[in-house]
Amino acid sequence: MSRTVYDLIGLSAGVMFILALKGLSHPRTARRGNLLGALGAAVATFAVFFYAPEGSALPLNNLGWIVGAIAFGVVVGVPAARRVQMTAMPQLVALFNGVGGGAAALVAIVEYLKLGASASTGVVIATVFTVLVGCVSFSGSIITFLKLQELMTTRPVVFPGGRFLIAATLIGTVASSVWVVDSLGTTPLLVLAGLSLLFGVLFVLPVGGADVPIVISLLNAFTGLTVAAGGYVLDTTLLIIAGTLVGASGTILTRLMAEAMGRSLFGTLFGAFTAKPQEAGAATESRPVKSGTPDDVAILLNYARRVVIVPGFGLAVAQAQHTVRELADLLTAKGIDVAYGIHPVAGRMPGHMNVLLAEANVPYEQLSEMDEVNPTFPQTDVALIIGANDVVNPAAKTTPGCPIYGMPILDVSQAGNVIFLKRSMRPGFAGIENELLFDSKTTLLFGDAKASLTKVVSALKVL
Amino acid sequence: MDLVAIVTIFVLAVFVGFEVVSKVSSTLHTPLMSGANAIHGVILVGAIIVADHSETNLELGLSVAAIVLATINMVGGFVVTDRMLEMFKGKSGTGKTGADKTGADKSGADKSGGAK
Repeated sequence: MSRTVYDLIGLSAGVMFILALKGLSHPRTARRGNLLGALGAAVATFAVFFYAPEGSALPLNNLGWIVGAIAFGVVVGVPAARRVQMTAMPQLVALFNGVGGGAAALVAIVEYLKLGASASTGVVIATVFTVLVGCVSFSGSIITFLKLQELMTTRPVVFPGGRFLIAATLIGTVASSVWVVDSLGTTPLLVLAGLSLLFGVLFVLPVGGADVPIVISLLNAFTGLTVAAGGYVLDTTLLIIAGTLVGASGTILTRLMAEAMGRSLFGTLFGAFTAKPQEAGAATESRPVKSGTPDDVAILLNYARRVVIVPGFGLAVAQAQHTVRELADLLTAKGIDVAYGIHPVAGRMPGHMNVLLAEANVPYEQLSEMDEVNPTFPQTDVALIIGANDVVNPAAKTTPGCPIYGMPILDVSQAGNVIFLKRSMRPGFAGIENELLFDSKTTLLFGDAKASLTKVVSALKVL
Repeated sequence: MDLVAIVTIFVLAVFVGFEVVSKVSSTLHTPLMSGANAIHGVILVGAIIVADHSETNLELGLSVAAIVLATINMVGGFVVTDRMLEMFKGKSGTGKTGADKTGADKSGADKSGGAK
């Protein structure tokens, strides 16, 4: 096919991507939007098989390798996406983003090897940019994956001299970029790739667990920009359009997420360097807490008029969303007003909890967002907090300098009684002690969320 | 391609990207991020182009690796996004009233009927 036809197909794919993002912004059209995006990607991929740039002929060289590699990618990617537990989905998205960044970096490296002396400075700079940011996105995403999978600590990793190491790596990265552009050698490029990978690791290590989703979104935008730069290098308009779209929308999304969590983007990325380490932890461990039995909890719930359930990641881990629903149905049948208070970042990502509860067939009208549910807590008799901690931690309001300070929280302390279902006294994902646990109106029920809820449900049934 | 043309495309695409996602409820942040993530998997096109150009084994090896990674990104990304959005479909039992109460931007979940 001619270049014109090829470019027009690219344009139509670009339009489909725009409509996909537009569709994904509204619940009614989200699924259609995603499918449209997939169609655009498929069209763009098929088209490239039928376009021979001047000086080459169809079929493509190395066709067997290309088709085989795509088949292999499908065989790996589709089952991973189909089988992943919804609770583990954020880290899968991080991983997908990382491999995308890695792919962009590899494309740029291959293109660089072929450039030769005839390449324009603009192309060389775009190649260097793609390698640099692609590598940062790759290694950064791998670290976010390890954090979310809890294969490494979820707390900010800060070590002595860390900020100097980051600064040195950044300077080294910039210097080696200049070296690459200047010399067009292979060694400088490898140095650049190595330093960029290191920078990606150092960049994400100091970020606290609760802020990881913001970083994933930012790295997602980064990968978009590398794809755009790759499109310039390869003279492919579609890649420029698609990459820029993702880069721009990803940046906005990162800002929206940071706002939902009440965090400044700057504070998220560099907060670990300025925050003071928490010292209160050890002293509070020994304080008494009021722990109850499933029967106590059932009685409290039975005589309530309004109950707000605050689900957190612990609920998802225990796969307790179906048992929660059973409990809520039972309470509703007793004439008790039941609502779910969903924090924007409950779970591990904004909107994650909505996905999990939707999976359990929880009626949509019972899900209340934070702004709706907060004014109702003074009229609420029982706030039942299941496997959540940071999103109800008053430290976000009262303790300047703690990692979640300034994050909007669910005001459960306004409710008549507070019940925590927790596995242990271990602090939440952000690693901060919760004062509310020691409050006199708080009852704790220790154990796996699902086991505890099952006991509460059976206790309620005999009341 | 002409540099000015490329800068034009770039700048316009930035504005389109800003505009299309400027209003989105936090419920959809995760699927939107995942969907955008899948879209940049279109680097697969770039990976195929460099594989076609490859002359040495090193180049071919790197491009094949790029194709595998890009395919995982693209195909896996769209599939996992679809799975997330599937959860919102037809899960609301009581239909209309719920949509009215909780605001229009949630009504999509109610739309496809009360198949419980």
